[in-house]
Amino acid sequence: MTAAAHAQDHAHHDDHAHHPTGIKRWLFTTNHKDIGTLYLWFSFTMFLMGGVMALLIRAELFQPGLQFVNPEFFNSLTTVHGLVMVFGAIMPAWVGFANWLIPMQIGAADMAFPRMNNWSFYLVVPAAILLVASFFVPGGAAASGWTLYPPLIIQQGISIDMTILAVHILGASSIMGSINIITTILNLRAPGMTLMKMPLFVWTWLITAYLLIAVMPVLAGAVTMLLTDRHFGTSFFNAAGGGDPTMFMHIFWFFGHPEVYIMILPAFGVVSAIIPAFARKPLFGYASMVYATASIAILSFIVWGHHMFTVGMPAAGNLFFMYATMLIAVPTGVKIFNWIATMWKGSMTFETPMLFSIGFLCLFTIGGFSGLVLAITPVDITLHNTYYVVAHFHYVLVSGALFAIFAGVYFWLPKWTGNMYSETLGKAHFWLSVIGFNIAFFPQHFLGLAGMPRRIPDYALQFAEWNMWSSVGAFIFGFSQLLFLYVVIECIRSGRKSEQLPWEGADTLEWTHLPTPAPYHTFETAPVVK
Amino acid sequence: MTDNMGANMLRNTLRTAATAAAASASFAATAAYDVDILPPASPIAQQIYDLHFAILWVCVGIFVIVFGAMFYSVFTHRKAAGAKAAHFHENTTVEIIWTVIPFIILIGMAYPATKTVLEMKDASNPDLTIKVTAYQWAWEYDYLQDGVKFNSLLSTPRAQIEEWDKKGEKKNADYLLEVDKPMVVPAGKKVRLLVTANDVIHGWYVPQLGVNQYGIPGFVKDTWFKADKPGTYRGQCSQICGKEHGYMPIVVVAKSPEDYATWVKEQKAASPAVMVASAAPAGAASPAEDPNKKWSADELKALGEKLYAANCLACHQATGKGVPPAFPALDGSKIATGPKGAQIALVLAGKQGTAMASFARLSDTELAAVITYTRTAWGNKAGEVQPSEVKAARKG
Repeated sequence: MTAAAHAQDHAHHDDHAHHPTGIKRWLFTTNHKDIGTLYLWFSFTMFLMGGVMALLIRAELFQPGLQFVNPEFFNSLTTVHGLVMVFGAIMPAWVGFANWLIPMQIGAADMAFPRMNNWSFYLVVPAAILLVASFFVPGGAAASGWTLYPPLIIQQGISIDMTILAVHILGASSIMGSINIITTILNLRAPGMTLMKMPLFVWTWLITAYLLIAVMPVLAGAVTMLLTDRHFGTSFFNAAGGGDPTMFMHIFWFFGHPEVYIMILPAFGVVSAIIPAFARKPLFGYASMVYATASIAILSFIVWGHHMFTVGMPAAGNLFFMYATMLIAVPTGVKIFNWIATMWKGSMTFETPMLFSIGFLCLFTIGGFSGLVLAITPVDITLHNTYYVVAHFHYVLVSGALFAIFAGVYFWLPKWTGNMYSETLGKAHFWLSVIGFNIAFFPQHFLGLAGMPRRIPDYALQFAEWNMWSSVGAFIFGFSQLLFLYVVIECIRSGRKSEQLPWEGADTLEWTHLPTPAPYHTFETAPVVK
Repeated sequence: MTDNMGANMLRNTLRTAATAAAASASFAATAAYDVDILPPASPIAQQIYDLHFAILWVCVGIFVIVFGAMFYSVFTHRKAAGAKAAHFHENTTVEIIWTVIPFIILIGMAYPATKTVLEMKDASNPDLTIKVTAYQWAWEYDYLQDGVKFNSLLSTPRAQIEEWDKKGEKKNADYLLEVDKPMVVPAGKKVRLLVTANDVIHGWYVPQLGVNQYGIPGFVKDTWFKADKPGTYRGQCSQICGKEHGYMPIVVVAKSPEDYATWVKEQKAASPAVMVASAAPAGAASPAEDPNKKWSADELKALGEKLYAANCLACHQATGKGVPPAFPALDGSKIATGPKGAQIALVLAGKQGTAMASFARLSDTELAAVITYTRTAWGNKAGEVQPSEVKAARKG
C-alpha cells in the first residue's frame, strides 16, 4: 500500500499546519473542511427547527377541530417549515458535503475562493435568523405557503419583508457558493483527473451549481417584484394595475422546479459513491449516469408548468408540460436501473450508509412514481394541492434527499472525524427513520386521493383515521433524529479509531490518497491520477 | 406568534394526551380508511379515475419487477452468503433497452391522457353558465342565464371547530363540508363555470366532478362539468387563501332538470331578508329589496348581527376585538365609531393591501344592517346607518 504510506507522510507534514483556536478558528476560517463542518451543523440546527414546526403541524392535525394553534399560526408553520427545510436544512447540508468532499475528491488543496467561501457561509446565518425571527413580529411569520403567491402575501405585515430579505441573502450565498464550486471543479483538478474520471458526487454538484446560478437570480427577481408591489406602488402581480398573479407562479416555478433537482442531484452523487463501495463492484454505467444527470437538469427548465395545471392554461400548454414532465422519468429510470445493476452480482454488506442508500432507492422511486401520476394533467386536476402532493414531495425530499444526506454522513464520518460511529445505533436510526417516515407519509397518499386539501388546520371527519396515523409516524420519525444527533456526538467523543479504509470498496481519492482522519490541509501537492 | 398559542398549547397537550385514547375509540365508530379516489360522478371524473387506476397499476407492476430484482440481489449477492463480486460494467445494449422501454410505456400513458385533456379543456356549448367568484372566505354563484345570485358560506358552527379552551361540541356528519346555500345544478347538463376571485387566489375543487380550477383575481378562467345523476358532491377551496382557507367548503347539489327549474323559481321569489346569511344580488333591485325603506335601529341591529356572524366574524371576532394587527378591532375603532360616510366607503371598497375585501356584493339593506351592528355593538355607540345612505354612497 504505497498510497497509504505516502498518505501517512502527508499527515506527518500536515501536523505542522496551524490555525487560530477557539471561536476565531470558526469565524475567520477559510478552510474548506471547517466551512463544511459549519454548514453541516448549521443545517442540522435548522433541520431540528423545521422539524419542531412539522411536529406542531402534525399535533394540530392529530384530530379534527382546532386544539393547539389558531389558523393564522398554522399557516405560518406550514410556510416557514417549507422555507426552513428547503433553504436552511437540505441545501446547506449539500453545500457542507461539497465543501468537505469536492477538494479531496479531485485532489485540490482547497476551494478556489476560500475567503468567499467563508462569506457564503456567514450569509446564511442572518438569513436564517430573519426567517425564524419573523414569527415574533406583529402579524406573525409569512403564512402564504412557501411559494409566496401574491396577492395573499401582499396582505401580510413586516414578516414578508423579512422573508424577502432572507431569500435575497440566501440567494447571494448560493450564487457565491456555486461560483466557488464550479471554479474549483473546472480549474483545480489534479493532473490526470479528467472530467470523465471525476467521482459522480463531483459531477452532480457541478451540474447543481449551474442550476443554482441559473435560477437563484430568477427567484430574486420574483421576490423583488413582490417587494416593490408591496411598498413602491408597482403592479407586477396586481390585475387592477395591469399585472397578473399568474406571472408570479410562472416565475416562481421556473425557479422552483430546478430547485427540487438542486436538492436531489447531489443525493444521486452520494448514492452513486456508496452503492459501488458496499457492493464491491464498480458503478455499472458511469458515463450514462453523467448524461442522465445532465438530461434531468436540462429537462428541469421546461417542466415548471406542471405546478400550474389548475390555473387554466390552454390545452396546448397543459399537454406540453405533461409530456415534458413525463420525459423526466426516462433519465431517472436510467439512474435507478444503474444502481440496481451495480448491486447485481456484487458482494454486498449492509452497514448504515448502504441501508440508507437502499432505503433511498426504494422510497425515492415511490416518490418518482407518484410524480409520474401527478404529471398526468387530468389526474393532477383531482390531486393538485391535496395531501397526495405532500406525500409525493416528502418521498423525494425526505426519503430522497435527506436519506442520502444521512447515508453520506455515516459514510464519511470516519474520514471526517477519524472515529467510527456505533453501527448498532446507526442501524437503529435507519430502521426508526424508515418506519416512522412511512407511517407518517404513506397514508397521506390516501388522504390526497380522498380529496383532503393541504395547508388546512382542520379537516372533515372522513380524514381523521389516516391523519392520526400520519401524526404518530411523524413523531416517531421526528424523535428518531435525536438519536442521529447522539450517534454523531458519540462517534466524535468515543475515541474509537476508524481504520484507514473503513469501507472495503471505497476507491475515491479521499480514501485512497489521504489518511483517516483527513488532516487539516490536504493535497498541498496535487496527486497524480492515472 | 399569537397570544393564546403558548398557553393553549400546554393546556391542550395535557388534555389531548389524556383523551387521545378515548378519541381514537370514538373515531373508530366512523372509521373511514379510504385508499382510493372518491367515486366519480361526471364523465371527466370517470376518465380521471380510470387513468389513475391504470397508471397506478403500471407503476406498481414496474416497482415489483425492478425491486423484486433488487431484493433478490440483496439476499443472494451478499458477502455474508459468500458472494464474490463480479466486475462487469458498461453495456450499451442493456442501457438502450432500459431507456427505450420506459419511453414506450410513457407513450402508452400519454395517449389516453391527451384525449382527456382535450375533452377537459373544451367548455364550449354549455347548457348553463355559472360565474363563480371567490372571496375571503365565501363563494359567490351567479347564474348568468337564470338570474340567480347568492353567496355560499361554511355552515358548521364555530362551537364545533374551536377546542382551544374546552371540548368542542359534537361534530356534524359533514363537519367542514357543509354550506348554508349549495350550488344547485341540473344533472345531466353541461355546466360551464367562469371562475374568478375578488381578493386572492382560491381554488374551486370538487373531486367527484373532476373540477379543480383556480380563481385568480382580475382574470376569468373557464372549466366545466356534467353531473351524471342527482346527488350531493362536496369539495373545498384548494389554494391557500388566508387564515380561513380550511373553512370555505363547496357543496354542489345536482337535481333533475324539473327540480332545478322549480328551485330557480323559488330563488327568484325569495326576498333578500329571508336569505339572510347569504347575500342578495349586489345592487340589483330584487322585489323585496327597498333601499328607501326606513328601518328601526333594533331591526337593523338584529339583521346585522346575523350578517356579521356570516361575513365578518372570522376576522374581526365575535368580541369585535379582531386579531391585531392583521385583523383590527372594531370595538372602539376610529372607523366604526367615526363618521358614517368613511365606514360605508371602506366597506364598499375594501382596503388595498389588506385582507379587508370589498363587500359591495351585499345589498344596501344588508350593508346598512351590518354597519349599524358594528357601530352599536360592544362598547360602540355611534348610531345606525339607513339603506338609503348606503345607496347614496354606492352611487357617489
